[in-house]
Amino acid sequence: MSTDAVLYDHPGPRARIRNRILTVVFGLALVGLLYWIYHRFDEKGQWAGSLWKPFTQSSTWTDYILPGLQGTLQAAAIAMVLSLAFGILFAVGRLSDHWWLRIPAGIVVEFFRAVPLLLMMFFIFFGIPFVTQKPMSPLWAVVFALTLYNGSVLAEAFRAGVHAVPSGQSEAAYAIGMRKGQVMGQILIPQAARAMLPVIVSQLVVLVKDTALGYIISYSELLQLGVNNVAANFGNVIQAAMVAAAIYIAVNATLTAVAGWLSRRTRRSGKAPRAARPATALAATAEP
Amino acid sequence: MDVFSDSYNLDVYVTGFLWILKLTASATVCAVVLGVLLAAMRVSPVPVLRGFGTAWVNIFRNTPLTLIIFFCYFGLYSTLGVTLSDDLELNNYWLGVLGLSIYTAAFVCEAIRSGINTVPAGQAEAARAIGMTFRQTLSLIVLPQAGRAVVAPLGSILIALCKNATIVGTIGLMESSNAMKELINSNGNAVFTIFFVFAGTFAVVLIPTGYGFGWLANRLAVKR
Repeated sequence: MSTDAVLYDHPGPRARIRNRILTVVFGLALVGLLYWIYHRFDEKGQWAGSLWKPFTQSSTWTDYILPGLQGTLQAAAIAMVLSLAFGILFAVGRLSDHWWLRIPAGIVVEFFRAVPLLLMMFFIFFGIPFVTQKPMSPLWAVVFALTLYNGSVLAEAFRAGVHAVPSGQSEAAYAIGMRKGQVMGQILIPQAARAMLPVIVSQLVVLVKDTALGYIISYSELLQLGVNNVAANFGNVIQAAMVAAAIYIAVNATLTAVAGWLSRRTRRSGKAPRAARPATALAATAEP
Repeated sequence: MDVFSDSYNLDVYVTGFLWILKLTASATVCAVVLGVLLAAMRVSPVPVLRGFGTAWVNIFRNTPLTLIIFFCYFGLYSTLGVTLSDDLELNNYWLGVLGLSIYTAAFVCEAIRSGINTVPAGQAEAARAIGMTFRQTLSLIVLPQAGRAVVAPLGSILIALCKNATIVGTIGLMESSNAMKELINSNGNAVFTIFFVFAGTFAVVLIPTGYGFGWLANRLAVKR
């Protein structure tokens, strides 16, 4: 690991002994912690088979968890597509030469980045119906709120990515007679998207996690169906939460793995630009 | 603006943001302390600690904060009987701080670790070559440079923490988003005013904070 190279020399005999002692001490402490958790669970009877058994029955999965997962993935998928589009649109808007495009785009992006997602969702779900006199569907409240927030964060990521593309690229494109729109669409944005892929993916992971907020406005997603409703039926909130957490972690790990594969693929084909400087990458981090 | 001239409504608004302020303050302290410890674990030469840090980051960074806070209340408090305060509201507050800290610490840890990674290995090698001890290398060469690289990501984590504090509303604390919901439900004729006052408060505080961190990060950046 590169951090080891910066922080430590290769361990000599004394350091190796010290490391071994530390390993044993902290190993024991960790075992102690795990035992304490086990004991605490045991005291409250949380290991009882009846609490875990629902997860071995297919009806729990087909009635609660899988429909919940479907709701989560559906909202996440729609919001991902919309927020990528929103992100590109407003990044281009903020980079525009015309002030009447640049300034409004900047205001929109900065505003939605600063407003908490839950506040946005409450406004769309509880506030908008007062204006339109029609009830708001929870799915669209979740999707719109996610799009506005994550789209704004992605817009900043794309913008940082465009700034990181070496200026020779756009100069060369103008030199061969490309128009502004062509330079942006065919030269800058594709390279920016590749350079910013890690940030974009971690923002998409944030988006998947944030669909869980839909629980608060009673959208039927994984937390609502797989944890709240399962726990209401079987009285096993801890077990249900653990299973749901494992599913979220699996979904997000898959997303990260696909992104890793994608980034290796673009690198292999030799189309990837020079990696954005670390400073640029840090300036636009995902916002949890 | 008449909605906020009513003293009850104004009180709901002020209380909501006071909770956000308190949640942010406590959770920032806890998350930074915990995050630094985790980062130290993740870069330590002891495999057990590295494994613990890695597991923490991978578990909590990929779990929704809503689920964590839900679990803190319904799992830790209702089922396991973990009580952090006798007062019901304060208990919810501390459970919220716990959930926010556990979650945010994973991000703080990663920010610090990637900060350490931005220091080129040559810096530490040069320090060792001129005979600096481990302690000197770390405190005079590596950490000062890593600290500068960490300002920008830590700033955006802090801002995100402030926004995420609204999620503690899940477990019934009357923070700003629940306050807004209540005002909207009782004043259906002024939804836009209410939204723009609440959202505007966040924007007025957080946008300058974001630019402030950006300016600081630029000023402190190590030119390479």
